[in-house]
Amino acid sequence: MELTVESLVFLLFSLITLGGALLVVTTRNLFHGALFLMLSLFGVAGLFALLTAPFLAGIQVVVYIGAIAILIIFAIMLTPQVTAVRPTNSQWIAGLVVAVVLFTMLASVVTPLMSELGVEGWGAAFTETNPPPVPGNSIALLGEAFVDPDGYMLPFEVASVLLMAALVGAVMLVRPGPEDEDDALPPALAEAAGAAPLGESQE
Amino acid sequence: MVPLYMYLLVAAGLFSIGLYGVLARRNAVAILMSIELMLNAANINLVAFWRYNEPANVGGQVFAAFVFVVAAAEVAVGLALIINIYRQRRSVVVDDVDMLKW
Repeated sequence: MELTVESLVFLLFSLITLGGALLVVTTRNLFHGALFLMLSLFGVAGLFALLTAPFLAGIQVVVYIGAIAILIIFAIMLTPQVTAVRPTNSQWIAGLVVAVVLFTMLASVVTPLMSELGVEGWGAAFTETNPPPVPGNSIALLGEAFVDPDGYMLPFEVASVLLMAALVGAVMLVRPGPEDEDDALPPALAEAAGAAPLGESQE
Repeated sequence: MVPLYMYLLVAAGLFSIGLYGVLARRNAVAILMSIELMLNAANINLVAFWRYNEPANVGGQVFAAFVFVVAAAEVAVGLALIINIYRQRRSVVVDDVDMLKW
């Protein structure tokens, strides 16, 4: 792999992605972990841009960094953090071994390393380097494919329904039950609601 | 361009890191973050294969966009579940949630 500007940028974004991911799974403070997750997702967005998928890179920043990571930070803030105890469970060594073995297997299959070592017929060795260029109007084509009845209109609508169902389900899951309706409001707010003349009827 | 296997290697590394996080972390939110890493690894693979094999076919990008939708749905429901579990058991450590374990 010769050292071009593109490969340097690729290395930079790869390091951001993998380094951020490593810090996500190892850091004790979960809030810092969420910030490192944002960093890692930003690296993935850079890789998308490098792969000439600008729409996906934008979506990655808007949806993942802007929405999902913020949602995760909300969940971290709503649950207590115990940073004193160790962040890993008792099977972390086994988990590490499994992850390393999986990575070794995947790496041996996708890279031409094994054929260079003299093992024939082991991996696929995806060595393509010069793919044909992406059509200049690829974003317009993508948008048309989403709403084209012969394209991906049905999956698009099904995805909308899935998102709707998931969000309604999430709201249903966290809404206060009938037994704790009284303490759903903080004491000060509940008092204010009780003291206000219209508080009862409005509830 | 960079050879295709470099992207696949980064995706494999990201997936393995996420797998380690899922297997080893105790906090449910940390496990959810690791799942996000694994989904992103799959997305890198999808986009890389689209770019290097079928750049004229938009199907690869469409598939990756659907992964975004499913990830958003998954994280919304997952965090709602975690908050609900915390309300009932006062804990987000997955070892404490063992009602279904015999």
